Amino acid sequence: MFIFLMRRLVQIVPVLLGVTLMVFLIMQMVPGDPAVLVAGEGATDEQVEAIRHDLGLDQPLAVQYLSYVGDVVKGDFGESIRTSRPVLDEILVRLPITLELAFWSIVITVVLGVLIGIIAATKQNSFTDVGLMMVALLGVSLPNFWLGLMLIIYFSVGLQWFPVAGWGTFSHIILPAITLGTGGAAIVARMTRASMLEVIRQDYIRTAKAKGVRQRLIIYKHALKNALIPVITVVGLQFGALLGGTVLTESVFAINGVGRLIIDAIRMRDLPLVQGSILFVSVLFVIVNLLVDLSYRFLNKRVELN
Amino acid sequence: MGTEHKETILEVKNLKTHFFSGKKVIKAVDGVDFDVKRGETLGIVGESGSGKSITSLSIMRLIAEPPGKIVDGEINFKGKNLLSETEEGMRQMRGNKISMIFQEPMTSLNPVYSVGEQIAEAFRIHQKLPKKEAWQRAVEMLRLVGIPSPEKRAKQEPHELSGGMRQRVMIAMALACKPELLIADEPTTALDVTIQAQILDLLKNLQEQLGTAVIMITHDMGVVSETCDRVAVMYCGKIVEHTDVDSLFENPKHPYTQGLLRSIPAVDRDVEELEAIPGTVPSPDNLPKGCSFAPRCPFATDLCRTEEPDLLIDNDDKVRCWMYSERWNGPAAKEVAADVSHANAN
Repeated sequence: MFIFLMRRLVQIVPVLLGVTLMVFLIMQMVPGDPAVLVAGEGATDEQVEAIRHDLGLDQPLAVQYLSYVGDVVKGDFGESIRTSRPVLDEILVRLPITLELAFWSIVITVVLGVLIGIIAATKQNSFTDVGLMMVALLGVSLPNFWLGLMLIIYFSVGLQWFPVAGWGTFSHIILPAITLGTGGAAIVARMTRASMLEVIRQDYIRTAKAKGVRQRLIIYKHALKNALIPVITVVGLQFGALLGGTVLTESVFAINGVGRLIIDAIRMRDLPLVQGSILFVSVLFVIVNLLVDLSYRFLNKRVELN
Repeated sequence: MGTEHKETILEVKNLKTHFFSGKKVIKAVDGVDFDVKRGETLGIVGESGSGKSITSLSIMRLIAEPPGKIVDGEINFKGKNLLSETEEGMRQMRGNKISMIFQEPMTSLNPVYSVGEQIAEAFRIHQKLPKKEAWQRAVEMLRLVGIPSPEKRAKQEPHELSGGMRQRVMIAMALACKPELLIADEPTTALDVTIQAQILDLLKNLQEQLGTAVIMITHDMGVVSETCDRVAVMYCGKIVEHTDVDSLFENPKHPYTQGLLRSIPAVDRDVEELEAIPGTVPSPDNLPKGCSFAPRCPFATDLCRTEEPDLLIDNDDKVRCWMYSERWNGPAAKEVAADVSHANAN
């Protein structure tokens, strides 16, 4: 167990190096010069050159990249080009907001997805099953920015049940969490259904029936724990998609989270801020994947961790 | 045998369990009658697809519906027809009054719960015991079925146990609530020969201790001779012969039974090739006209190929074969007595 954890933590290093390198290279390819943007429209060439020198942008690319990595190792993520505030501070202010949104979205994904999956599986091929699976198909297909806008129009503007945008109270969380969680819930529902259908045909389910276990308990105890193992993998993967989704959802609902921070930073060619925030999001993703692997062991002791 | 005066605990009458797929009807069990008395062991013998497992699942009312359905008959357990019982009533019966052991010990236990938990569940469901007490009883059951250091084993999950151990766990689970009827569906088929003998001994001992009636479903004539008092031989969803175990081995009547006995390899005879019944079991959705066994039967006449024989009753013995009826007009039935020493040697 300890060796497994250590090995996995060491494996994070090349992943993060890869992520920073990719982001660095992509940002170089994006048109637009940060120095020009910082200097403003009326700046002279000399001023722009001076700013470029200050930001270290006149150095060779390899030197820029390596010095950035060197700083990160020391815990220095640099300063935002635009605001001149430390990148770490910018991220840490917004991270709790994104985490809270992600948490409630994943709650919706799991609870709604698993519940729909179970209901569909236990009523296989019925009207309910077909209906739920069609809703799930719709859920996967809807782009979440569109869903977000529709929810705002209907529930916020029309019914006025929830605030249109912003962050602060629990009622602010509901619509964005639904927006962000629906796609995942749909995928989890389909996966849970498939997995449940396979499990309820197993011999040990017949044994449980022959023992006189109540139908409800057969489904929620004997079958579900077995059926959840592949579902957990999907939830882990969905978490990645969800982090990507925060970028759009936070923009639609004007939430000041890491997703919106990334969008603004990219727009301003604020390389240190882009690097830093994507690095944070990547770490988050890697940690979730690690937790997924650990949960296999928890659900099923046959899984050897190594 | 001394079973004549004992109370009949289970009476199956004209049981028909059919499966419906599209327009096809598969008559997996088609008019089966038998009874089981308290404390005795009834063997149900037959090849794969003869309907023996479907018969047992029908008694438990565990036939998946659809595609299956019990279309006719009665299953009287202590005088009460199980077919008119509610699902809740059946649930309270299962694992309590009637239990079942399955063929595959490797897959019949839930892989994500400890074996102790799975046995304790039976006590918690049927005797409403609190968690701790149920666990202690589960450990006792493991000790009863001969599992060493049961306290430790109870905490283990199925994958940590061998096949023989798992079958012992299944037996412990099935017998936990001291059922009056135990259905053992090929309980030893998936096990090594030495383990088979141990499991059969265990079942026999526990049966004597608890006075449980047993339906032993098997295709293994060795298991039949070891464990059964009476035997029903099934072929294509019907009982073709029903008699006590001694008559079955000494004087098998139905040509199918004779064939089954002759196909047992013997240790005391050196044979080049195993004798087998020629042909294969006909497809259940396309049974031949007349007697289902006629195409494979060495004695079959035109009568056999056109009309289906009834179950002929002679005292306690029953046989479904024209050879023993007054209408038999074929060559004098040369009863091929099965080689008993041959059969018993197994």
